[in-house]
Amino acid sequence: MTGMSSLTRARASELATAIKNGEVSAVEVTQAHLDRIAEVDGTAEAGVHAFLHVDADGALAAAAVVDQKRAAGEELSPLAGVPLALKDVITTADMPTTAGSKILEGWRPPYDATVAQRLREAGIVILGKTNLDEFAMGSSTENSAFGPTRNPWDLTRIPGGSGGGSAAALAAYEAPLAIGTDTGGSIRQPAAVTGTVGVKPTYGGVSRYGLIACASSLDQAGPCARTVLDAALLHTVIAGHDPLDSTSIAQAVPDVVAAARRGADGDLTGLRVGVVKELGGEGYQAGVEARFNDAVALLSKLGAEVVEVSCPHFTYGLAAYYLILPSEVSSNLARFDAMRYGLRVGDDGTRSAEEVMNLTRGQGFGAEAKRRIMLGTYALSSGYYDAYYGQAQKVRTLIARDFEAAFAQVDVLVSPTTPTTAFPIGEKVDDPLAMYMNDLCTIPSNLAGNASASFPAGLADEDGLPVGLHVMAPVMADDRLYLVGAAVESAYAAQWGGTLLEQAPALEGTAQ
Amino acid sequence: MTVTTALPSFDEAIATYEPVMGMEVHVELGTTTKMFCGCSTAFGGEPNSQVCPVCLGLPGSLPVVNRTAVESAIRIGLALNCSIAEWCRFARKNYFYPDMPKNFQTSQYDEPIAYDGWLDVSLGGETSETFRIGIERAHMEEDTGKSLHVGGATGRIHGASHSLLDYNRSGIPLIEIVTKPIEVPAAVAPAVAKAYVTELRELIRALGVSEARMELGQLRCDANVSLRLPGDPYGTRTETKNVNSLRSVERAVTYEIRRQAAVLSSGGTIVQETRHWHEDTGETTAGRRKEEAEDYRYFPEPDLVPIAPSREWVEELRATLPEPPSVRRARLQEAWGFTDLEMRDVVNAGALSLVFDTVAEGASAGGAKKWWLGEVARVANERGVALEDAGITPGDVARVEALIAEGSLNDKLARQVVEGVLAGEGTPDEVVAARGLVLVNDDAALGTAVDDAIAAQPDVAEKIRGGNLGAVGALIGAIMKSTKGQADAKRARELILERLQG
Repeated sequence: MTGMSSLTRARASELATAIKNGEVSAVEVTQAHLDRIAEVDGTAEAGVHAFLHVDADGALAAAAVVDQKRAAGEELSPLAGVPLALKDVITTADMPTTAGSKILEGWRPPYDATVAQRLREAGIVILGKTNLDEFAMGSSTENSAFGPTRNPWDLTRIPGGSGGGSAAALAAYEAPLAIGTDTGGSIRQPAAVTGTVGVKPTYGGVSRYGLIACASSLDQAGPCARTVLDAALLHTVIAGHDPLDSTSIAQAVPDVVAAARRGADGDLTGLRVGVVKELGGEGYQAGVEARFNDAVALLSKLGAEVVEVSCPHFTYGLAAYYLILPSEVSSNLARFDAMRYGLRVGDDGTRSAEEVMNLTRGQGFGAEAKRRIMLGTYALSSGYYDAYYGQAQKVRTLIARDFEAAFAQVDVLVSPTTPTTAFPIGEKVDDPLAMYMNDLCTIPSNLAGNASASFPAGLADEDGLPVGLHVMAPVMADDRLYLVGAAVESAYAAQWGGTLLEQAPALEGTAQ
Repeated sequence: MTVTTALPSFDEAIATYEPVMGMEVHVELGTTTKMFCGCSTAFGGEPNSQVCPVCLGLPGSLPVVNRTAVESAIRIGLALNCSIAEWCRFARKNYFYPDMPKNFQTSQYDEPIAYDGWLDVSLGGETSETFRIGIERAHMEEDTGKSLHVGGATGRIHGASHSLLDYNRSGIPLIEIVTKPIEVPAAVAPAVAKAYVTELRELIRALGVSEARMELGQLRCDANVSLRLPGDPYGTRTETKNVNSLRSVERAVTYEIRRQAAVLSSGGTIVQETRHWHEDTGETTAGRRKEEAEDYRYFPEPDLVPIAPSREWVEELRATLPEPPSVRRARLQEAWGFTDLEMRDVVNAGALSLVFDTVAEGASAGGAKKWWLGEVARVANERGVALEDAGITPGDVARVEALIAEGSLNDKLARQVVEGVLAGEGTPDEVVAARGLVLVNDDAALGTAVDDAIAAQPDVAEKIRGGNLGAVGALIGAIMKSTKGQADAKRARELILERLQG
């Protein structure tokens, strides 16, 4: 483990071991990543633009603390000294938190999210805050008020969204670990289109305290990494009951690290896998389907028993989601009113509080945020509630029952993560419905609250871009995701001679 | 529309129309911490000193339900003979207002924690008739912050140059108690409304869940009133907001009955609207009309999990219920030997607990009642404060009574002592010492005064010698004057009679 480039290419688990063994200091590791960010991240106009804010001083100081602890002979936690990119929708007391919105530009929260606090307690070094679609609403990161993030595989393409910044930071070797949040696929879809690993834990598995809400009943923070084991290690740090989040589950976290290690042996004998009939076919890119079918064949080869399973109500998932989500958004985003923090427009002493609120919200929110606020306001209105929000909640129950029925037959379900590979920036910005289709496969797990993840599954033949394998597990059976993910990962590593990401074309440094 | 001048009297109004009422009462719970966070609920802190990310609604913050508040809600529900929900949720009530940090209020909507109960109230006095007030529901919610409008007249938003916001109150637990339609004989309707709020206040205090002091906003009342012709369906109602004293409840309902009667009898129609109550003029004025009312877009609060009180817990809480106030009152009335009328006066004055505590300190019930409803009430009323805030404690009152009983004070001196305590001059003993209020009852000192009075008014003395005892008063008056009221009148009389008839 010498040389800056090997430090940024190393796995988080390797870095942690090297730091623990004194082969490299946490400060050196952090500096290597800060250098990499300076080299490739660029600006809103050019480069990856994964980060909205980089806290070099804070990161180096946090790394120095880890080095001091090691020098003092203190026990280091498993990921101590490893750098991480934090999605800018999670509050940090020492860095601005924007949620990708102009309405929060420059806001410094007075408190750390529980996730941020747990990362710090584990000695993980937070490099900075990553770009996202405004308030995590989007599938391309183009809805960020601060300019898009670009896919390191092809800078003309989207890195997925809303957590495009976190996924791109991993794919561009700017950080070995990242935190994402997933409301309808915002961890998994970016992971799929950047060739990285993204896990949406069981709803309630990771505290939402300090996660700026998009849709409270759907939001879930989770680990993003380049390898399954790294994701599992990070999962262990952030997961677990939090008394500050009433929806957090007061149960032991499944042993995801053990599952990842076991999965790496590549033996899935006895595992029952269900291929969801409704997630595939028309509208799915040929290369995506081909890689998915390969992955299913691989699962069989590894000993899994593969069957087709029908989840008939998944078809209504997207429609239900786009009623429930905007309803919650319309209420969650009401607090951004210029009265207490964030942007304030037109407060020149001549206007009433109501006028200032209106002006601020008019100028502070982007088009997608406004679209969803209006949709949700309408869906919750008296006279429409039963027909829209009420019906959508019934669909939600039916989807949860589909999962229950399916999991009575199989241990995990699989589908492609996304219908297509990364599309060109700008292609779908004027077509919200086409954009929404990106989340077709990922949405059911948010509606039902079960765990699911995306793992690299190869490149589509027609465009050479990454495809994701989507694995869904029952509530609080997150370990099954890691078992399957690690098995697939090790089999593919043997086949490809390394990770999928290593097949990515060299990223041209924009800062050079 | 100025109908003020043409208002019929209350009796005229109810000669034609029947009122139907509905009361909505908000009770601020006396929990140590707020409904959804650990901030203090203490009253009177520096503005915005009792706040945190949760009650400021900062992005990312999440609520956690205060168990004690749920417990209080259940106990209130049980005391109101309600059913307690086996499963209920919070809901978001969405509307924009600067004093509401999230721009939604976390409340309960169609799933209240307590529902379908009743409370018996009686008007006291000669009739012991009770009226059963149906309780529709009692639900939990959070309070808003407070706006202070600066630069305009009388603190109203109209004409203000700017507003200041204090979020200390934001998130304080509230219980809203809503009655079913109250249909009682028209003549007693306003009195029943007042009796209901009074009884509810006593109940809340007895439960120990809130001090329920209306003047501090710990108990706030909205009064719904509609009129109809006998036999007709319910008429259109108005909701008079913030009727925040017991007396105002009766007055506001009376006014609304008269106002609506005037509108209806002149062929007009009642508009469904909120109305503002004006304590000073005793009138209500139009507020927001129904069609201007917000669509609150209620939906279940996704940040909180449902509340499912186990039946065991509910029964445990039921076992903690205090004696119902009506039972307690009957027991105390008997113990104190008060008439119905006396007891009603004590209750209406909000002095029940004060009298109780004063008796517990050793005073007689009659003596305690005399002071709390007399001198203390007069001063409290002048200052516009509650009896308990007038500046005298039950212990002080009991001490004054003790001084009278041991003969150190007469009634006149005692009144001066109470005045002194109320004026902040210290304890009764300190006031006695500082003002030199000692009853002159030793025969030497008093004897001189008696001799002087007899010498000064020989004609009166002569009448007394002649058996005219009615004339003694004139001499006592003179003695009191010469001793500045500190003479023991009883002993003075004895001395006069000794000298003139002995």
